Amino acid sequence: MFDHLDPVILARIQFAFTVSFHFIFPSFSIGLASYLAVLEGLWLKTGKSVYLDLFKYWLKIFAVVFAMGVVSGIVMSYQFGTNWSVFSVKTGPILGPLMAYEVLTAFFLEAGFLGVMLFGMSKVGRKLHFAATCMVALGTFISATWILSVNSWMQTPTGFAINANGQFVPAGSWLTIIFNPSFPYRLLHTVIASYLTTSLVVGAVGAWHLLKDRTNPYARKMFSMAMWMAALVAPVQIFAGDLHGLNTLEHQPAKVMAMEGHYQSHPEGAPLILFGIPNSAEQRVDYAIEIPKASSLILKHDLNAPMAGLDTIPDDREPPVGIVFWSFRVMVGLGFAMLGLGLFSLLARSRRALYDWPLLHRLAIVMGPTGFVAVIAGWITTEVGRQPYTVYGQMLTGQSHSPLAAPAVAASLIAFVVVYFAVFGAGTWYLIKLMSQTPHAHEDEPPQTPIRSAGITPAPALDGALAPAE
Amino acid sequence: MINFDLTVIWAFIIAFAVFAYVVMDGFDLGIGILFPFFAVGEERDQAMNSIAPVWDGNETWLVLGGGGLFAAFPLAYGIILPATYPLMIAMLLGLVFRGVAFEFRWRDPGHRALWDVAFTLGSVVAAMAQGMILGAILQGVTVAENVEAGGWAYAGRWLDWLTPFSLLTGLGVVAGYALLGATWLNWKVEGTAQAHAVQLARILGLITLLAMAAVSAATPFLDYAYWHRWFEMPGILLTVPVPLLVMAAGFTFFKSLNAGGERLPFALALGLFLLGFAGLGISIFPYIVPDQITIWDAAAPEQSQIFMLVGTVFIMPVIIAYTIWAYWVFRGKVGTHGYH
Ligand code: HDD
Ligand code: HEM
Ligand code: HEM
Repeated sequence: MFDHLDPVILARIQFAFTVSFHFIFPSFSIGLASYLAVLEGLWLKTGKSVYLDLFKYWLKIFAVVFAMGVVSGIVMSYQFGTNWSVFSVKTGPILGPLMAYEVLTAFFLEAGFLGVMLFGMSKVGRKLHFAATCMVALGTFISATWILSVNSWMQTPTGFAINANGQFVPAGSWLTIIFNPSFPYRLLHTVIASYLTTSLVVGAVGAWHLLKDRTNPYARKMFSMAMWMAALVAPVQIFAGDLHGLNTLEHQPAKVMAMEGHYQSHPEGAPLILFGIPNSAEQRVDYAIEIPKASSLILKHDLNAPMAGLDTIPDDREPPVGIVFWSFRVMVGLGFAMLGLGLFSLLARSRRALYDWPLLHRLAIVMGPTGFVAVIAGWITTEVGRQPYTVYGQMLTGQSHSPLAAPAVAASLIAFVVVYFAVFGAGTWYLIKLMSQTPHAHEDEPPQTPIRSAGITPAPALDGALAPAE
Repeated sequence: MINFDLTVIWAFIIAFAVFAYVVMDGFDLGIGILFPFFAVGEERDQAMNSIAPVWDGNETWLVLGGGGLFAAFPLAYGIILPATYPLMIAMLLGLVFRGVAFEFRWRDPGHRALWDVAFTLGSVVAAMAQGMILGAILQGVTVAENVEAGGWAYAGRWLDWLTPFSLLTGLGVVAGYALLGATWLNWKVEGTAQAHAVQLARILGLITLLAMAAVSAATPFLDYAYWHRWFEMPGILLTVPVPLLVMAAGFTFFKSLNAGGERLPFALALGLFLLGFAGLGISIFPYIVPDQITIWDAAAPEQSQIFMLVGTVFIMPVIIAYTIWAYWVFRGKVGTHGYH
């Protein structure tokens, strides 16, 4: 039934589907883990119970997000071998060690301290518990570092040689491999993206409860914290994105041509196409709204700088323009919308109306999920823009896949789609239910009913938990 | 004689990771498999809570096993995963259901029964798939030389793994995991739940021993040269003591279970797994894809192995230390009402 389908396309769809789903969770859990560490730290420092209650409120949400991140991540680490075995055999000597380091330095750290973080508040005492929270947060960050190094190496490979079997093998220093040219930019941009995504979700939840009761101290606190974050980090993200783009222009010019919709070369300054409909058949952007020479200004800091277009790239080495063009605009558009929200909150703050301006609260609710959209759009830009290579300039996607029959890949793709929508759909629903509960004093710990977890040590801490730290 | 080089060290590290995974997630999955045998309410809650703080760490060993294979033996990773493709996917999806059930059953009391079923089905599917993957590797994988693919590639069809032998190893692993789960619960829970666990452990002890015997009896009849390996020098020096030790462990297991032992049965169940694992090691080593690809054929270059070894030597003890700490924090019986 599926025999006429191309197994490579199916495998690509499967990878894109599973990794996009996976990435939704890390982009929330990286930010949320840090937020939880901040809340618990503030509680220990000030002794104010509002921080402890917020901590417990978000901890329950974190537990659900984290579980989904873990199970979808395990799928990813096996997807390389199942669907991209040739890629795995050839890049294993370089990428394998980086991923092994991720497991050793990050996944064990997160998992080892997660149990204590979720269930151990009353068992290990406050300081040790805070240490566990910090370890989990650190783990998410280390994990991001390694996996982004892996991904960046595929985008901008350095420090390798090719052996007799056609495998990429390390040549020279591992530092050249790890700190490949696009890695610092990608790490910065992606981690900030996680912080932004989290602050938008926290802000939306705060705003929702403010609309119901603008005196709720918990809602006020989280909204205020989130809006500071958005106002400070959104501009940084735009700046980081710009740097990232300049770096990409240097190393993957074809990707930037696709992002900009530059089918043709512009010897005397290229226009910035704001919107339009890429028409690959005719090699032009229809209905383009453009600012003359602005693209040269942004990318080369010179109005008249010449810019090469896709006409300089062989047709079979071009990325698909339409997807990259649109996903890039979605991300950038949302980035500016986030900046707008941040500025609006500063205005409200300056008028002492942060908690009393329903329009701001409504806007924050609308913006709540946009972090996820921007993040996925960003990855689509990055990954589709890398096509037709898996290792940029070195190994083609069409040479990377496993020797699999279409029916096997099609069946597994269908299974993934059905299971992911059912399971993560239910999970998202539970998250929304948790977030719709009004935050209040004496929040309980996860899992609510019954709280017990294994252990014989008496529970000294919780009764005194609301008292100031010593 | 084996030549004790980096590649051998890596083979042992991967084997260690796989073994750590098998026993640690083994008892988690075992509890999932046995879940329907425990009463709704307190019994199930206790069973679930006994592993809630540790399951994630346990599962991480699977990522290390897979990631380590990718890193140290990329060729083996690139052959075994496509060869067992549907099993791998089934295992991953099973683990998805199992993993989310821990959180979801508390979040949605209205559908708790549904998530309990997901917990059990996910655990059974994952365990069965893992056992069948083992069988599929043991019975041999078709490979062919393929320059484009980096030397060798899987050349079989996508259902080659499905044989009576792989079904047998699948069921064996399900029974073995259930045994680990039952003995773990005997140790960690109280009251009726513990009584149930002891009953189950008795039956499962028997089934596991039978399954080990059946797999051992069937293995020499597979296509490959296991026969020679087992019954010729120097293999026979190891082949003989393993079954004797298994019998001794089995005997002590039932004795201590009857005497009301709580920790010893669990330790002995682990011992059975260790012996089974040693038996597998004797059968396969130094191949990684039996009789086709040796560990040296599949190994990553030395620079990759050294780079990882440096980290492993320093980080692994730290990981083991904080894992022990996490188990220590949640030591003792789970309890039903608050902390004991
Ligand atoms: C920028 C960050 C980032 C990116 C790009 C990815 N991940 Fe991820 N991953 C995380 C950040 C993260 C995390 C925040 O560290 C998670 C989320 C929940 C968790 O347990 O850790 C995680 C979990 C996680 C797990 C489960 C770990 C555990 O058992 O605790 C695995 C196996 C992977 N990931 C593997 C991958 C692979 C193979 C990816 C690429 C294809 C990938 N991740 C992209
Ligand atoms: C270790 C990191 C990664 C590796 C090895 C990797 C590898 C691949 C491979 C082999 C493909 C299939 C070829 C293709 O069609 O592009 C692909 C596609 C894709 N990946 Fe990645 N990827 C990685 C990280 C990510 C992450 C973290 C995301 C985040 C969401 C992502 C998003 C995508 C998307 C959207 C596609 C589809 C592109 C398309 O179909 O053309 N990738 N990636
Ligand atoms: C308006 C400002 C922004 C600009 C100019 C910008 C620029 C870029 C560029 C050029 C890339 C592709 C890099 C490459 O692969 O070569 C990228 C990727 C990405 N963007 Fe943005 N971006 C902006 C806003 C955002 C926002 C608001 C988010 C999320 C909240 C975000 C999340 C991402 C992610 C996750 C990636 C993929 C990972 C990476 O390559 O770094 N971006 N961005």
